[in-house]
Amino acid sequence: MSTGTSTLERTAPATRTGAPPEPIPMSRIITVEISKMFDTRSGFWLLAGVGIAASIATIATIVFSPHDDLGYGNFAGAVGFPMTVILPMIAILAVTSEWSQRSGLTTFTLIPHRSRVIVGKLGATLAVGVVSIIIAFTVGALGNVIGSSLVGVPIRWDMSPGLVAQIFLADGLTMLMGFTLGILIRSSPGAIVAYFVYALVLPAALGALASFQHWFSVHQGWFDFNYSVGELYDNGVGGKDWAHLAASGSYWLVIPLMVGLWTVTRSEVK
Amino acid sequence: MITVEALTKSYSGFTAVDDVSFTAGAGRVTGFLGPNGAGKSTTMRMMVGLTAPTSGTATIAGVPFAELPNPGLAVGVLLDASAQHAGRTGREILGIAQRTMGLPKARVDEMLRKVSLTEDEAERRVKNYSLGMRQRLGIATALIGNPEVLILDEPANGLDPAGIRWMRDLLREYADTGGTVLLSSHLLHEIEVVADDLVVIGNGRIVAQGTKEELLAAAGTLVRSPDLAGLAGALRSAGLACTESADASLRTDAEPARVGQVALAAGIALTELRSAESAGLEEMFLELTATSQRDTTPTHGPRTEKAAA
Repeated sequence: MSTGTSTLERTAPATRTGAPPEPIPMSRIITVEISKMFDTRSGFWLLAGVGIAASIATIATIVFSPHDDLGYGNFAGAVGFPMTVILPMIAILAVTSEWSQRSGLTTFTLIPHRSRVIVGKLGATLAVGVVSIIIAFTVGALGNVIGSSLVGVPIRWDMSPGLVAQIFLADGLTMLMGFTLGILIRSSPGAIVAYFVYALVLPAALGALASFQHWFSVHQGWFDFNYSVGELYDNGVGGKDWAHLAASGSYWLVIPLMVGLWTVTRSEVK
Repeated sequence: MITVEALTKSYSGFTAVDDVSFTAGAGRVTGFLGPNGAGKSTTMRMMVGLTAPTSGTATIAGVPFAELPNPGLAVGVLLDASAQHAGRTGREILGIAQRTMGLPKARVDEMLRKVSLTEDEAERRVKNYSLGMRQRLGIATALIGNPEVLILDEPANGLDPAGIRWMRDLLREYADTGGTVLLSSHLLHEIEVVADDLVVIGNGRIVAQGTKEELLAAAGTLVRSPDLAGLAGALRSAGLACTESADASLRTDAEPARVGQVALAAGIALTELRSAESAGLEEMFLELTATSQRDTTPTHGPRTEKAAA
């Protein structure tokens, strides 16, 4: 590293006191946030993991599924599961790295309105989520075509567009749950642990409760967001299921998201 | 120009920054000094909206920081060179700033050249950077938007001597072309060389501010005599306050000529009479912040404990 001369190619301040600069547009914040999700090693491998996990799940389906059972539903189910783990991690790290890696010091001085940064991150997260799910479904579809031809059964597209849309929604909500934990906890390890408690520990605990408590097993959908999101993966979602989703989502997702936003805009960034 | 008015930050039962007001003018380098934990960084964070003040305001050219449409183009900020995602390369970090501000891509290479980071170093992840390289990258991030105001917290930390010299020239030139520079540092010599104005803070309060000349010139007169006690009495009865130093001399704020007259009138022989040389920034700093120093030094009196407000 050599020390060069410090010539400042700087225009005199007098010449730049013209019109004030344009505010930073939201589209720019979103595209910058998307690139920030890709440019770190962890971000890169999480996104690469979407494709890798979808491919592995597809191959496993071809190898292990009973042949006469092979249909798009199997493939979509197989590629969908790893998405419910990877997408929330992407969402969590998009938020928490600003605090855990302390890059927020720069981010929030370049864009002092923190809610705009968070909205930008939300937009970026959802965009990446949608693309990831499309990739996963496409890999699954390819697997269905190739797998069915390999084993010599007719290619079956046994999923209604409605169910595909439901799975999209379910994955999106799962991703939002990660995002919410991210802004609520603002620490990468903390939020990741919290997500696994939510996604793995809590369902087991509430499942046990449901098996002992008849009343709870009947009404679980009203309280357990994980459970009501899970209902979306099945055909035949009715009005009651949507009501479950709205009710449990309001206190598992919407209220924590609001609290998180409120604390993010007021907390000190150090 | 940066204007800070009655800025205060209280945490439960503890006032980190207490009614701090000062102005950092355009075309000047303002040095912001204080012992560890005096509230420098908290004050700087409040200026740029990272910490909400309990009361008071800070404005950049009359506008609160958060209301600047594109703050990076108005204020270059470097608060902590290590506060970067360790997994990004230097070029990526500069690229994020460049795209957020909506600047042409060429600015990234321009800035890398300006802070003397090589192509090779720019492609390395920041976790492999030395502190000095991080400082250079942080300076590049602060300068990329060609702002009129720079707010830098300890920018010389970790720089090698050539780097410190380079930083000093850069800040000098910045102020000479009309920019406003506010920098904090523990490296008093650095501040003494580069700053035009000084703001000294201790225990969250401003203990002195003014131009460097004003603050460092307030050294007064040094006088020695075999009859030190008699001289002190004569000076006091002439209405001149004086203090006896450990090295058998008296210091007073009065002019040497006046002290000589008093001694002559009292018939006291002097062995030495001169303007006390500029005490230097270090002396002044230790004296002004004596009550908030962690370590007492023999150059000033016993440490007086001051209850936190």
